[in-house]
Amino acid sequence: MTDFLYLVPIALALGLAGLGAFMWALRSGQYDDLDGAAERILLDDDKPLPQKHAPRKS
Amino acid sequence: MSCCAPGVEITSGDIAATRAEEVRLASFELGDGIRQTDLSVPAMHCGGCIAAVENALNALPGVETARVNLSGKRATICWRDATTPPPFVETLRSIGYESHLFDPGAERKDTALSELLRALAVAGFAASNIMLLSVSVWAGADPATRDLFHALSALIALPALAYSGRVFFRSAWSAVRHGRTNMDVPISIGVLLAFGLSLYETVHHGAHAYFDASVTLLFFLLIGRTLDHLMRERARTAVKGLAQLAARGALVAQPDGRNAYLPVSEIQVGMTILLAAGERVPVDGRVVSGQSDIDRSLVTGESAPVPVANGAVLQAGTLNLTGPLTLVATAVARDSFLAEMMRLMETAEAGRSAYRRIADRASRLYAPVVHAAALLTMIGWLLATGDLHRAVTVAIAVLIITCPCALGLAVPMVQVMAARRLFERGMLLKDGGALERLAEIDTVVFDKTGTLTLGQPRLLHRETIDTDALALAAAMATHSRHPYSRALAAAGAAIASPLDAGAVAEIPGAGLEARIGAHVYRLGRASWALSQSDDDAVDNANVVLSRDGQSLARFAFEDRLRDGARATIADLTGGGLAVEVLSGDRDEAVRRIAGELGAQHLSEVTPAGKVARVTALESSGHRVLMVGDGLNDAPALAAAYASMAPASAADVGRNAADLVFLHESLHAVPEAIGIARSAARLVQQNLALAIGYNVIAVPVAVLGCVTPLIAAVAMSSSSIVVIANALRLRSVKRNSETRMTAKAVAAQPAMGKSA
Repeated sequence: MTDFLYLVPIALALGLAGLGAFMWALRSGQYDDLDGAAERILLDDDKPLPQKHAPRKS
Repeated sequence: MSCCAPGVEITSGDIAATRAEEVRLASFELGDGIRQTDLSVPAMHCGGCIAAVENALNALPGVETARVNLSGKRATICWRDATTPPPFVETLRSIGYESHLFDPGAERKDTALSELLRALAVAGFAASNIMLLSVSVWAGADPATRDLFHALSALIALPALAYSGRVFFRSAWSAVRHGRTNMDVPISIGVLLAFGLSLYETVHHGAHAYFDASVTLLFFLLIGRTLDHLMRERARTAVKGLAQLAARGALVAQPDGRNAYLPVSEIQVGMTILLAAGERVPVDGRVVSGQSDIDRSLVTGESAPVPVANGAVLQAGTLNLTGPLTLVATAVARDSFLAEMMRLMETAEAGRSAYRRIADRASRLYAPVVHAAALLTMIGWLLATGDLHRAVTVAIAVLIITCPCALGLAVPMVQVMAARRLFERGMLLKDGGALERLAEIDTVVFDKTGTLTLGQPRLLHRETIDTDALALAAAMATHSRHPYSRALAAAGAAIASPLDAGAVAEIPGAGLEARIGAHVYRLGRASWALSQSDDDAVDNANVVLSRDGQSLARFAFEDRLRDGARATIADLTGGGLAVEVLSGDRDEAVRRIAGELGAQHLSEVTPAGKVARVTALESSGHRVLMVGDGLNDAPALAAAYASMAPASAADVGRNAADLVFLHESLHAVPEAIGIARSAARLVQQNLALAIGYNVIAVPVAVLGCVTPLIAAVAMSSSSIVVIANALRLRSVKRNSETRMTAKAVAAQPAMGKSA
């Protein structure tokens, strides 16, 4: 019986975390273009990331 | 180019007129001197398209970012508002994508959808957690644990119902308040009573609580509701985002001598409008100077361009082809031809008997039956046992078990699958009701110009024409945007050698003139090109090439049939549908096309005449599918039982149609009917399944044998059966598709021979 005291809250917290993640994804527009996202992963547009640090001189 | 660069030359050429001012009018300010423009690019459909479109747009000077939304087939461009807007449309056309300006007001963030999705997520979370707790109760938890779990379930269910249930409660409340009932009324009553009963049981340490049933019910029903909404919304925005064929504005000569680009709504009667070649007439007007040819195909259905000169009256929506014109506006936009069509359409729509969707018809029968059954059960148990608590419990169990869970999913699930099929085949569906109506039609009425044909002429009898003459004519024709010239240029593209541009002059309303050496060559109408118009057969559809007034060659044209027109008509008649052609064009042109296709025809029909014909057919008991594209078809599209329009249709026509097809081929028509029919079959099966489930479950509930476990299993399994059945639309479609292609292949050689 005492196991419930932490198991049930953990289960609910995990569920709420999932719910929160979905809400965040929805709000940040990740569901706006599902077909596009599926295709974009195949695009070969590897541009070098902007360099945040100046190249270190050795 | 990538796999999907479509034939660009087939789309209407007037989009060249999308000018910088129009782009600016359609864009909106984002702040910091950045403006945003949305383009609809219907031909995009793969990763290669995304890369091509984004790279081309990003490479333009002045473009900050360009991003493609593949689901919505749109490109969003942010650009710096420094000079004129970059040439978006022209750039995309140069890499093989036609694009259209997206109306700035057409799409706002869809708040209803995100509300539904949030409600769905909350209900899903609550349902899974409560189900988890319920399973251990069903597994035989001891009374103390059971009470704890029931209390926990109540804690989760209460906020979930309050949040996710609003969608149904609101609609049910407004229905009840107006003395009506809809599907949401039994849903709301069932969910709330189940929750209330469970709360009572929990407080009194009862063994059975229905928290899982009430929340799971909500979850399943929200799935159905969300799918329904998604489908309608996607089609709505996609249709809005297509080509804007009506002019957005025009260049107006101001009293102070300057010219200003004004939106159509601000053009007043008496204003002087400067109309360049390639632009659409913004409002009804009269020509005061200039000569040109006018393409009226979208407005009246006439396939041949008409020459105009001083004094000619032009209708809004017609296209100026060859020369610049100066017009005086004779009506404001809301009194123009277009607005008149809108009025005709409204009356036609009002006359059409309101169609009630299958789900609505089912729910009207459903709610009273279910509520009566529950009430009778309660009275029966009360009389039999005298135990009020037991009677109420059983009655509520009846309500829970009959809650229209499967019924709420049965129809939207099938329609979403069908809409998805249609979307993949390049067809946009307005709403589910249209699908139901489309399945019932028995007569198909086609417009001719722009629907059966592409509205673009093709050179006839090419092999009988002297090659040198054709080469010369084609070279001259490249200097004009007249449809006949384009057809000539296309026919002779392989053999024509370019002419010096300075040597060719276009005489608006007459033709082209070229000076080569000492000779004057003329390409145009016979009365102008020949020194003496010897023959009386001066057909509008003929063009003559002459040297110093002597005829060299004659060219005859006919409107090109859409791809698969012949096979489509054969398919439709073979399927037992009556086919008719209804056109505003000259009789002989309609007769030729209709005869070729083996269909009945009526020609020189006015817009009101089309409506009359459609309503006459309807009143004699036929269900008519109208397929048309022009402004003149719009009222008939609105009047018909179901309607389809190609994407090249006028705005008004597209908005009036239930279904818009994006691809050139007319195969869309039998395909859509096929999909609609298999969808209708599946809807019937699903309704039968849902009713069959109730026939089994209701007696069990009435006899008081339902426990929460049985309710949960029964409801979930009925919903899953219905969903699985709806998913069969995929395989049904596959089969009919292969049959269709086999037929098309068989029809191909025949078409090749006769062409």
